[in-house]
Amino acid sequence: MVMHSLILAAILFSIGAAGVVFRRNAIILFLCIELMLNAANLAFVAFSRVAGINGQVFVFFVMTVAAAEAAVGLAIIISIFRLTETVDMKNFNFLRW
Amino acid sequence: MTDLLWWIFASLAIGGGIGTVTRKNPVASLLFLVMSFFSLAAIYVLLGAHFIAAVQVIVYAGAILVLFLFVIMLLNLGHDYHSDLRGGTWVLVGSLAAGIVGWALSTTFAGGIAGGVAGAGATIDASVEELNAVGAIAQPLFRDFLVAFELTSILLLVAIVGAVILAKRRV
Repeated sequence: MVMHSLILAAILFSIGAAGVVFRRNAIILFLCIELMLNAANLAFVAFSRVAGINGQVFVFFVMTVAAAEAAVGLAIIISIFRLTETVDMKNFNFLRW
Repeated sequence: MTDLLWWIFASLAIGGGIGTVTRKNPVASLLFLVMSFFSLAAIYVLLGAHFIAAVQVIVYAGAILVLFLFVIMLLNLGHDYHSDLRGGTWVLVGSLAAGIVGWALSTTFAGGIAGGVAGAGATIDASVEELNAVGAIAQPLFRDFLVAFELTSILLLVAIVGAVILAKRRV
């Protein structure tokens, strides 16, 4: 079951990575990043079965970073939305020079 | 029985992930992701990580994704049905990159399994038996990782201040 879970983590990470490339909606990009973080968490938990409980402690830190990232990222999206009235990535080009 | 449950929840997790990537409506996309996260919590239980599973449901599915839902509804994107999928080249390159990443991760993980410690799973189960699900995590968290745990609070404080400053209206 550990090896199967690791394969599942790899599949979920691939789905998330593909979603980041496929979609242009900024919020869905964030959802795909959350999916990739969860795949990493699943890999940590699965590895804790063969390498000790520290893997489960790391999952806490990943979740904390994910919460901080979601809060700051969504604040950035709201602030960009005020400026451009859209969340489509093709309009987010004002950092380009 | 455990294996059957594992396969059910794994297919639900993958289905939820695919739904997240393919749905046009952001709210539907998010609800698929919630399904995926709940299935992952069930898989954590099957792997013996009960407390992680509870935190996954409470913090991830309960708090972080509801924050996303608030933002989707605040920006009024719920009935924004135009497709935002990129064109054919992007899909091709993305599928190829995702396939390579998945293959590389699988082979790396297979190597990692081979380097594992024998009986680590039994040690965790014994520790959960002795200290309960919370105590088994709390001991390493507050002994070996105490500094990292305290730094986490600073990270969250910075994130709160940053989010408030970024999202507030121009004065």
